[in-house]
Amino acid sequence: MFFNELQSDDGKAREPYEDYVKWMKSRNLDSLRDKSQEADEFFRRTGITFNVYSEEKADERLIPFDQVPRIISAKEWARLSKGIEQRVVALNAFLHDIYHDQEILKAGRLPQSLIANNEAFLPQMMGVEPGGGVYTHIVGVDLVRTGKDEFYVLEDNARTPSGVSYMLENRETMLHMFPELFSNINVASISDYPRNLRRSLSQCAPPACKGQPVIAVLTPGIHNSAYYEHAFLADQMGVELVEGHDLRVVDGRVTMRTTRGYTPIDVIYRRVDDDYLDPLNFNPESMLGVPGIFDIYRAGGITIANAPGTGISDDKALYSYMPDIVEFYTGSSPLLNNVPTWRCSEPDSLAYVLDNLEELVVKEVHGSGGYGMLVGPAASAKEIAAFRDKLKAKPEGYIAQPTLALSTVPILTEAGLAPRHVDLRPFVLVSPNGVDITPGGLTRVAMKEGSLVVNSSQGGGTKDTWILED
Amino acid sequence: MLGSTANGLFWMFRQLERSENTARLIETGFRMALTRQASGQNEWASIVRTAGCEPAFKERHKVFNAENVIDFLLRDPDNPASVLCVFKAARTNARSVRTALTREVWESTNEAWLALQELLAKPVEMSELPNVLGAIRKSSALVRGAWHGTALRNDVFLFARLGTRIERADNTARILDVKYFVLLPSSAAVGSSLDNVQWETILRSASAARAFNLLYGGESSPSKIAEFLIFNQQLPRSLLYCCSDSTRILEDLSRMYGQPNKALDLARPLLESLQAEEIGSIFKSGLHEFLGEFLIKNNAIGRQIEIDFRFNE
Repeated sequence: MFFNELQSDDGKAREPYEDYVKWMKSRNLDSLRDKSQEADEFFRRTGITFNVYSEEKADERLIPFDQVPRIISAKEWARLSKGIEQRVVALNAFLHDIYHDQEILKAGRLPQSLIANNEAFLPQMMGVEPGGGVYTHIVGVDLVRTGKDEFYVLEDNARTPSGVSYMLENRETMLHMFPELFSNINVASISDYPRNLRRSLSQCAPPACKGQPVIAVLTPGIHNSAYYEHAFLADQMGVELVEGHDLRVVDGRVTMRTTRGYTPIDVIYRRVDDDYLDPLNFNPESMLGVPGIFDIYRAGGITIANAPGTGISDDKALYSYMPDIVEFYTGSSPLLNNVPTWRCSEPDSLAYVLDNLEELVVKEVHGSGGYGMLVGPAASAKEIAAFRDKLKAKPEGYIAQPTLALSTVPILTEAGLAPRHVDLRPFVLVSPNGVDITPGGLTRVAMKEGSLVVNSSQGGGTKDTWILED
Repeated sequence: MLGSTANGLFWMFRQLERSENTARLIETGFRMALTRQASGQNEWASIVRTAGCEPAFKERHKVFNAENVIDFLLRDPDNPASVLCVFKAARTNARSVRTALTREVWESTNEAWLALQELLAKPVEMSELPNVLGAIRKSSALVRGAWHGTALRNDVFLFARLGTRIERADNTARILDVKYFVLLPSSAAVGSSLDNVQWETILRSASAARAFNLLYGGESSPSKIAEFLIFNQQLPRSLLYCCSDSTRILEDLSRMYGQPNKALDLARPLLESLQAEEIGSIFKSGLHEFLGEFLIKNNAIGRQIEIDFRFNE
């Protein structure tokens, strides 16, 4: 059975939801449905949309928003935060190590091949000291819940996690639609996120920075699926939103072309992948980046957030070693569970995976966004057969995990409340002063009954996420 | 501010202005078609010419009639000068300079675009036309109003205003230019009712009929109309008004940035020549020549602005 977060099997509201359920019972369903429409209109008017690459015509789409909040108690959150913090600290220590002395390899806790054969490993980063000593300034850890006290980390998303704008706009929408709820229930505020992000980025200014750091958000442009978020964050932080063609290297600094001339940038929050960042140092075809930015970075002329080369920690083969990594760097055992993972590169594991495809979730090692994965229990025999061939052809490109019994939170449908599977992405900021976790996050919800895929690119929706305060 | 942001804003406001002007042109044509039967074709042809897209029109349509022209100018997705395309471009620019806009401005632009998309989804019935045109004018006014009410008065504000002024001067000059023949004193039917209707068309296209009547006590003549649209210092769509405002903005930018700009070196002489002119001598040396020259110079200022303020690399 799936863990229903709102109510226990006897139909009684669980503790964090008690006040909300009481409130909801005093409403009539029709007026709540009207509110759903109101929310849609708000999102459309505000232009909170994402672009879908495959659909040429409907180029901007809304992510479905569901008005039933996902509620987490203060106690649960305290426990989760500790676990997240431990994990993020370990990740940064790991990245520093792997790009410097590689103690973890020397200690034999990780196989050499995992690094040596990894496309996401950037040899150019060896020995580089990132501004403020931070690699992953922004992390969006994906968590799933399978029971009352069971949470798993699904992915660490240490590269360029997106979705934080939805976390903030979902809350704005809820405040707008149900102000009375927030005066009755003590929900932790999340509105400081942009300010904290700005401060946290400022604290990582490079040696070349004199005075108040100049920050910019680098976007691939208005056709990128997350463009709305890039503009939103720049706007909320009060910094410039730039594209590659706005930037150029002048006198040893990365500068932006302004109406008065070229102005140096100190910290760049880039939403462009490593490979596209610098055509001189990485993919020469890239039009999205800045020629020479990496050389300036190495010389301490600019801070790039997140640091180049952090992508290695998003590698799903590496993921399977996270418990070892946490233990190696923090000296204590992991507080959050890792999902058991079969590395298909290992013959025994591959054999097991091939025998049990119907029950497993198989993911591409370098994949993201829910593309190119197989959800065994939901796949047809034909899909499984096709995937089996792909897997056999390139086993090292895949990992497999058991299909987790994702918890459910109800959504409001035409027929009333109906449980749907959810995950949770809290957002974490890392600065030289420590780890800051916003009390909230993005709850993604599979809108289709029974579906376990919550990705927005696959039709998933979102919910406001409430962390209760004592 | 980023050069590309200045670029996006400048063009966003040019395009908003242009969509509004195109809507007004259509409105004028529609009105003409209602009030008189003869030479309707000429009227619609001159409207397409004013919008600057005669060749493209001829590629797609044989006849200059209400149906063809209205559809072409309002909603033809292949006509880059149609209101639909121009507004879409304005909204795309707004999206790309989202961080320079206030929430109110962005939302009014986005909402207007969503509404227009729906209004222009299928051919517009004649009975619906006034509503649709009204909605277009309202959209642009709403964005401008939100802008005036909420924008910081810094360089961001100035570039938006600059775009509006350059575009507006261009539009007024075009309206006059296409219609200059009815303003010529040698025009055949001087004083006829035909002329009066034509003159009114010009004033309406520039949204200046009421102002004209107010200031000139209802006495219209070609030279008064031309004088009004070229020289009036209070009419926000006159050439002189637009030129003196864009010159002032360029001076402000020069002061604010502590560096001169070449666009100002082009704008000042144009303004001074306008100030030194009077309507009599323009008619003598040729209204068409005068307007042609003005359009070239006004465009040159626009291009120089793009260079001076590093709109593009």
